[in-house]
Amino acid sequence: MHIYLNGEERNTDAASISELLVELGMEGRMIAIERNLEVVPKSTYSSAALAEGDRIEIVHMIGGG
Amino acid sequence: MIDFTEKQIERYSRHIILPEVGAEGQSKLLESKVFMIGAGGLGSPVAYYLAAAGVGTIGIADADVVDSSNLQRQILHNEDRIGMPKVESARETIQALNPDVKVNTYNYFVTEDNIREIIREYDLIIDGCDNFPTRFLVNDACYFEKKPLISGAMFRFEGQVATFKPHQQKDAPCYRCLYPEPPPKGLVPSCSEAGILGALAGAVGTIQAVEAIKELLGIGDSLAGKLMTFDAMRMEWKKLKLRKDPGCPLCGENPTITDLVTYEQACELQLGHS
Repeated sequence: MHIYLNGEERNTDAASISELLVELGMEGRMIAIERNLEVVPKSTYSSAALAEGDRIEIVHMIGGG
Repeated sequence: MIDFTEKQIERYSRHIILPEVGAEGQSKLLESKVFMIGAGGLGSPVAYYLAAAGVGTIGIADADVVDSSNLQRQILHNEDRIGMPKVESARETIQALNPDVKVNTYNYFVTEDNIREIIREYDLIIDGCDNFPTRFLVNDACYFEKKPLISGAMFRFEGQVATFKPHQQKDAPCYRCLYPEPPPKGLVPSCSEAGILGALAGAVGTIQAVEAIKELLGIGDSLAGKLMTFDAMRMEWKKLKLRKDPGCPLCGENPTITDLVTYEQACELQLGHS
């Protein structure tokens, strides 16, 4: 299916956020995931199903002040 | 409501004339107490605008002294204050701007031993610190002490702002709903060595100041349950929905964190930070 990752169109076989993170080699990284302007709670990654056209953005953990 | 002096009526006239603020709101601000962690890049605009707004008591914790590399963004300080504790420099700047404001200085870092007692005295907490262990400490302490927290962070050209008050709304998240644990040592750069666009501090810090004043007055839509992200390169603000994570180790359904935890400093380089 087609999704948008950080604004760029991408083909993915992943069915969930956790599968997508594995596909991207980003599992376990210190990031948050935004899907269609919503932050996806970490504990729900495996049940968070991806849908055609989803807009996924990586939200980096930043700590400067 | 407090009795305004004539000088105060004039000073705060542009607030008082706003129906959403009025004399009552201005009085509320003058009686409010805000505690800020960090008198650096974010703490500077926050302190400036809260002081100008007449927030009656501002507490500031920072253990650092002013360094010349701070002056590119930390506008509370100036050339003559190099070597002075940042909290003292902050006090001088704030009092020159508005003598109505009482400044409480804490010339040390907040720790698990002092933070809960300190924040108990305040109505609202503002995090503008420069490291992850402190961000988690502040979040947890605010959760346990039931204090609203306005958290701001920045890095290079990016900023994030969120309000956390899980104690006030059942479905409102905390910082750990966004990021459950601090990064392991060295994995995420959090130090100023990575570089930061100075004016970004103003963009992010003034959003924190606006939200702080709205929270104190109880007006408008709270940012609780939202995460603002800013990308200066694309000049793009985004407002993301941020839910409570049922699996949050602090405010979730089965919390594993029941007291303050101390994390090791993730960043080894600490030159001229915050």
